[in-house]
Amino acid sequence: MNPTPWIDGRFDENVITTSLEQTMNWARANACWPMTFGIACCAIEMMATGASKYDLERFGCGAFRSTPRQADLMIVAGTVTFKMASRIKRLYEQMPDPKYVIAMGACTIGGGPYFKYGYHVVKGVDLVVPVDVYVPGCPPRPEALLEGLMRLQDKIQSKRMTRGGQDVLPVPHHLGHVRLPEDALALELEFAGERQI
Amino acid sequence: MISIYDILLDRFGDEVIVGQNAEATDPWIEVAPASVTEVCEFLRDDERLRFDHLNDLTAIDHFEPDPAKRARFAFEPHLEIVYHLSSYETRLRAVLKARLPRWRNDKHGEPPALPTVSHLWPIADWHERECYDLLGVYFEGHPNLVRMMMPEDWQGHPLRKDYEWPEDYHGIRTQ
Ligand code: SF4
Repeated sequence: MNPTPWIDGRFDENVITTSLEQTMNWARANACWPMTFGIACCAIEMMATGASKYDLERFGCGAFRSTPRQADLMIVAGTVTFKMASRIKRLYEQMPDPKYVIAMGACTIGGGPYFKYGYHVVKGVDLVVPVDVYVPGCPPRPEALLEGLMRLQDKIQSKRMTRGGQDVLPVPHHLGHVRLPEDALALELEFAGERQI
Repeated sequence: MISIYDILLDRFGDEVIVGQNAEATDPWIEVAPASVTEVCEFLRDDERLRFDHLNDLTAIDHFEPDPAKRARFAFEPHLEIVYHLSSYETRLRAVLKARLPRWRNDKHGEPPALPTVSHLWPIADWHERECYDLLGVYFEGHPNLVRMMMPEDWQGHPLRKDYEWPEDYHGIRTQ
């Protein structure tokens, strides 16, 4: 008789093999809890992203925490004034590692509408805290913030923990512009032809 | 229609009530800055007027920072404090103005002073704080004249026409 190993066939359905790196990254990327923290008009759009229509929770990142000590992600949504800058820095420093920052809106990226004459606005939150993902717009649509979140998840998942490992950021699978559907394009060409005549 | 200017002139004389502009969209009366409190108290308490509401209190900086354009500038450089008053009882409106030099004793950086009206209309408390913060006007007798919009250790008054931006604020670049 040829005895089969005792382990053979016993865990078919139940055992998954993976690497620690993958598990850690998967867990981090899919439970990236943001801090309840909005400063100006962009925060309204952030609330819309968290509400039922756009539903940030689909990506595991909708549990807005009311304390920086439980948060992994700071979405800086709004105009950062000099008076606010020190508070933002303090909140950031209270967050446990690993921590990430999304700069949402023109104001947080570089001063936005207040760039030239805003005596009170910090010209970009990256002068105060390090930023991982920039989401442009005034304010960005909820879809844009979701996109920013997914780019952040890409970034988290590209983290290599093994010694000598290199972080390689994946290139997004699509470009930022919308291609016209084929027939709409054809129609466009037709009209262009008519106009020339 | 009663003339607020005449009532005030009658009561205080032309030392205090310096002038008026009745043609403007919002006709205004100019008051000597040192007597602002007495005039305002009278306006609030007089039977005929009863100005129980201060709509707005702000200041205007008349100054042209560009030397090339200064020759064509229509005003003497000065600071104007503006009070917009209205009454729920008598349905009257009035605008008071007080003219101040841009800096006290012409020393750049020293805010000129005039008496507060915050004990007459409590809303003036915040209006005066804002005015002090952004335009650099010192209100004598104000209970808590600290900066309101800008951080407390900010230098200068940003809505002055010749305001110079600091290079940085606590290590944050400002431009
Ligand atoms: S970017 Fe636009 S919408 Fe967002 S905080 Fe600034 S001004 Fe408001």
